[in-house]
Amino acid sequence: MAEFLNSIIPNVMSKPDLLWKAVVETMQMLLISAPISFLLGLVLGVTVVACKPGGVLQNRFVSLVVGKVIDLFRSIPFILLAIIMLGLSRLVIGTASGVKGAIIPLLFGTVPFFARQVESAMSEVSPGLVEAAASMGCSPWDILWRVYLKESVPGIVRGGTITLVSLIGFTAMAGAIGAGGLGNFAITYGLRRQMDVAYTVIIIILIMVSIIQAAGNRIAEKATH
Amino acid sequence: MNVIKLDHVSKTFGSEDTGVHAVQDVTLHIAPGEIFGIIGYSGAGKSTLVRCINLLEKPTAGTVTVDGRELTRMRSRELRQERKKISMIFQQFNLMPSRTVAENVAFPLKGTGLSREATAAKVKELLELVDLPDKAGSYPSQLSGGQKQRVAIARALASDPKVLLCDEATSALDPQTTQSILRLIKDINQKTGITVVVITHEMAVVKEICHKVAVMDGGHVVEEGAVFDVFANPQQPVTRSFIATTSNLSKIDELIAAGDPLVAVKTGEIVARLNYSQSNTSEATISEISRRFDVDVSIVFSNVEIIDGQPLGGLVAIISGDRVAEAIGYLSEKNVMVEVLKRG
Repeated sequence: MAEFLNSIIPNVMSKPDLLWKAVVETMQMLLISAPISFLLGLVLGVTVVACKPGGVLQNRFVSLVVGKVIDLFRSIPFILLAIIMLGLSRLVIGTASGVKGAIIPLLFGTVPFFARQVESAMSEVSPGLVEAAASMGCSPWDILWRVYLKESVPGIVRGGTITLVSLIGFTAMAGAIGAGGLGNFAITYGLRRQMDVAYTVIIIILIMVSIIQAAGNRIAEKATH
Repeated sequence: MNVIKLDHVSKTFGSEDTGVHAVQDVTLHIAPGEIFGIIGYSGAGKSTLVRCINLLEKPTAGTVTVDGRELTRMRSRELRQERKKISMIFQQFNLMPSRTVAENVAFPLKGTGLSREATAAKVKELLELVDLPDKAGSYPSQLSGGQKQRVAIARALASDPKVLLCDEATSALDPQTTQSILRLIKDINQKTGITVVVITHEMAVVKEICHKVAVMDGGHVVEEGAVFDVFANPQQPVTRSFIATTSNLSKIDELIAAGDPLVAVKTGEIVARLNYSQSNTSEATISEISRRFDVDVSIVFSNVEIIDGQPLGGLVAIISGDRVAEAIGYLSEKNVMVEVLKRG
């Protein structure tokens, strides 16, 4: 087995510890930024839906400001966003490199994206359900929690899956500006014509994406009645 | 003491000048235990009006009082408490798709301090009331339209409301299912004494279950009264057109307009529409005039229905003989409304 691998991916087999380190770093970036992005994105998405005109906590000002801020960060290409955020990262986290340094840029990349996914999932909830809940004496918070969020679980799971997959892409790009991880590994060695390194990284990421997508589909399916 | 009092209620969407005046100066008083119908064509403002009762639409003018408490002056927290006494069912049922039937019925019970066991018992009881005891674990997507509306009714009754608002509750259902849902609403009304407000565009629904009816047109209530009186003595054109939809007596107008041989009359003959406005339908007025005035009466159409326990209806007949005028006079004396449609 080892011989076979040596023959097809010699440049990977010559540094297995570095590959393993890269995998661990990518997993760390995902495991830290995904839950935080999920929470912040959910809060922002719910805020947009609740505050938009006709929403249960209608507030034109909040809805406008939050919407524009989301649009602003979504319109900056991630590689630029990551560079712009280096300063903020240094200020808040204390470093702009490594896994720690990648967290702030990753959050700014994924939170606005996921917020829009949440908003779009929640907008699918029929206004009739909201009206029915209001007629039963539900408060705006009840309606957000027991109707909007409860009924949009499948949509939010699907949006979360898409976001997680794009987050993997972001970690690879963050690697290019010194965050480490699989992206960094592939760029460092792949650019030196060790193409087997690049292909190996692609296959590992493909496996991660497939697992996430399959799990997401399954959960969404289970939540749909 | 009226359980629902709407006084000079208006609702305008948009600005006063250019906006839509959906409801204009409506005053309605509804007594406890009554089934009150509000009928109108689409756009007449009836759905907006019913939403003014639980303040899902806040009236732009006027006051709404339910069960002695004026909703229009309440703050939102207080209003939410009052809404638990005013349940509503909808044309599109509005069940929560991600919750089972039992969870949907239990939805309004959350936060009422009822224990898990008490909630389960109540849900079971309600599902038995609406005749769906074995559907507790099903999801709404697995139910038929009629079953969904039964679940919605169970959910509406969970908070022990004083008032049940039905917004076109049978408009998405087939005729048989409509009948069974209306029967269920009537049963519940008789058993619990709950006050029911029925919004509909179908006169058949009003005829089937309502005690009183208000007719809406262009945001106004144009006619109101006991269902029998309104049917027997419609005052407004819009009311007449609703009644025409449930009776075949208006077909004669088409036949006459088309010059149908069925209504061809010779000299001295007339085509007349007789309406029994008092509850004297059972009296043998036709054979009476035939004997007394020596006229021949040939019935073209007849339509008699039981409304709110009383017979109501009429017939279209060709009357011939020398003493037709006297016969008509006699009928009028007997409180039969006679409309002469065509003279020979």
